Amino acid sequence: MPNQTENSNKVNEKVDWQKLADTALLVRRDIIKMLGIAGSGHPGGSLSSTDILVLLYFHFLKHDPKNPKWPDRDRLIFSKGHGCPALYSVLARSGYFKEELLLTLRKLGSPLQGHPDMRKLPGIEASTGSLGQGLSIGIGCALAARFDKKSFMTYVITSDGELNEGQTWEAAAFASFRKLSNLVMILDYNQYQLSGRTKDILDMEPVADKWRAFGWLVKEIDGHSHQEIFEAIQWAQASKSAPSIIIAHTTKGKGVSFMENNNHFHGVAPTRDETAKALKELGENEAEIQRIVGMIK
Amino acid sequence: MTLERKMGAATRDAYGKALVELGKENPQVLVLDADLSKSTRTDVFGKAFPDRFIDIGIQESNLVGIASGLASCGKIPFISSFACFLMCKGYEQLRMGVAFPKLNVKVVTSHGGISVGEDGASQQSIEDFALALTLPNFTVIVPSDEFAAKFLIKQSAAYPGPVYVRTGRSKAPVIYNEQTRFEIGKGILLRSGKDVTLIANGLMVFEALEAAEILKREGLNASVVDLHTLKPLDEALLLGQAHKTGAFVTAEEHLVFGGLGSTVSGLVSQNFPIPVEFVGVNDTYAESGPPDELFKKYGLTANHIVQAAKKVISRKS
Repeated sequence: MPNQTENSNKVNEKVDWQKLADTALLVRRDIIKMLGIAGSGHPGGSLSSTDILVLLYFHFLKHDPKNPKWPDRDRLIFSKGHGCPALYSVLARSGYFKEELLLTLRKLGSPLQGHPDMRKLPGIEASTGSLGQGLSIGIGCALAARFDKKSFMTYVITSDGELNEGQTWEAAAFASFRKLSNLVMILDYNQYQLSGRTKDILDMEPVADKWRAFGWLVKEIDGHSHQEIFEAIQWAQASKSAPSIIIAHTTKGKGVSFMENNNHFHGVAPTRDETAKALKELGENEAEIQRIVGMIK
Repeated sequence: MTLERKMGAATRDAYGKALVELGKENPQVLVLDADLSKSTRTDVFGKAFPDRFIDIGIQESNLVGIASGLASCGKIPFISSFACFLMCKGYEQLRMGVAFPKLNVKVVTSHGGISVGEDGASQQSIEDFALALTLPNFTVIVPSDEFAAKFLIKQSAAYPGPVYVRTGRSKAPVIYNEQTRFEIGKGILLRSGKDVTLIANGLMVFEALEAAEILKREGLNASVVDLHTLKPLDEALLLGQAHKTGAFVTAEEHLVFGGLGSTVSGLVSQNFPIPVEFVGVNDTYAESGPPDELFKKYGLTANHIVQAAKKVISRKS
């Protein structure tokens, strides 16, 4: 088994936890607004990825939204493309494009496609939406860093449903064999896929053991605890010998009571009433809620 | 005069040579293979540039995905395997990871067509043109001999966006020479006649030249076009020939669906309808056997082109 220095107690004192929490709340509101207005899309998996994305974009990623093609930037491959409203929100809030553009999600002519299109929107590192491909693309980025002797990291966020795909395991075998320690996969393990619970459709357990057997460094965390996400990413960054996977146990629909663990909201957008109710739960002010629901046909 | 069938190197051998030259010229060129480098000839590059060659293992889907990531970081990955494996097993990854984002990945396959021979139908790609042509943003190239292959593959490195090149396993009759110049997207009029135009790619170009000789002896003058680029299509050359001869025969080492014949017919049917006959593999898979015998059995010889030419001439109004 690969060795790694334990690094998990080295908490950076300068982290503004409150700001990260506030940002996550704003992102969740964005997701509800975007999907409510779009009238279609995937709330559950967007909300489950939110905290992971917030920690990456607002603490860890070396990137420059004003220069999105900066060659030395860290790469983030969002393999679970259907969860893109969360990605679009963190990109907008990082400064890649105007926040108002978020409300054009899925509209004809919008760069905010139903699934991410790297040619239409700055900050998107890979066009995704066909499950199981992101890890391979991330390997390509990690290899490019190695070829060019660059120190950038590549992060790949995948869903648990994607573990069904054979390509995931092709990639898993290759990455560890090539000792790609500059590659970090974060599994948004929300326990559901489109048709139902992953344990009922195609149970991939024992997930952690499978990745260990494939030669990866494995850490399991609560994927909504900012502290745990923070420590896990620090832990993964410290690897010198192998790729790391952070198995982030998440709740599908996290943050909106009637969406949590309700797989109806895998691929169905909230109605006008549900949008208002969700935004109210997320602490949005009444005037903004009225503005948003006024935009829902 | 009769055409001399002088055998040259296989187009896959030209690929290996082209890669080594590209490796010297362009530091961004990398080569990835899926455990078939001895057959695709990428091993030649691997020996010259071991640090820029990766044998991914037998995993075509991952191969394409990795190439996508490398290209997104500014590399020019050349990826190779047998045509049937890379295009069929890697197709969805080519769609999502290369064609859709229009990334600079060069897909060069070997073992195109039934001239693979004795290894049999499972190794013989007869559907790769159709698959490549249904990937928007892809350029699709089918060189006919070693000189065309080397030149066009080298040119593809600097050609923007994704490119598909099919090479073959068996030795290819020589048509060109070291001095011949090629341009992606521009077909070559090898012979000019007035009665019919024979349009071919890959190994079928030489068969078409031979067919033109046979037709000549029978008093029929055929044009012969090497349409080495299937996409973008050389519309000016083809429509000029349509006006001139009024009858086409297409010849390809591929199913008669979705390849050269379909593409050329689509062009003329919309612009200048003329009769077209297709020479290619009909709705079937081939089998093991020597390439020349397979060509006879599955309808891919000069004589089959001659028969198609006579038929299409008889259909002229």
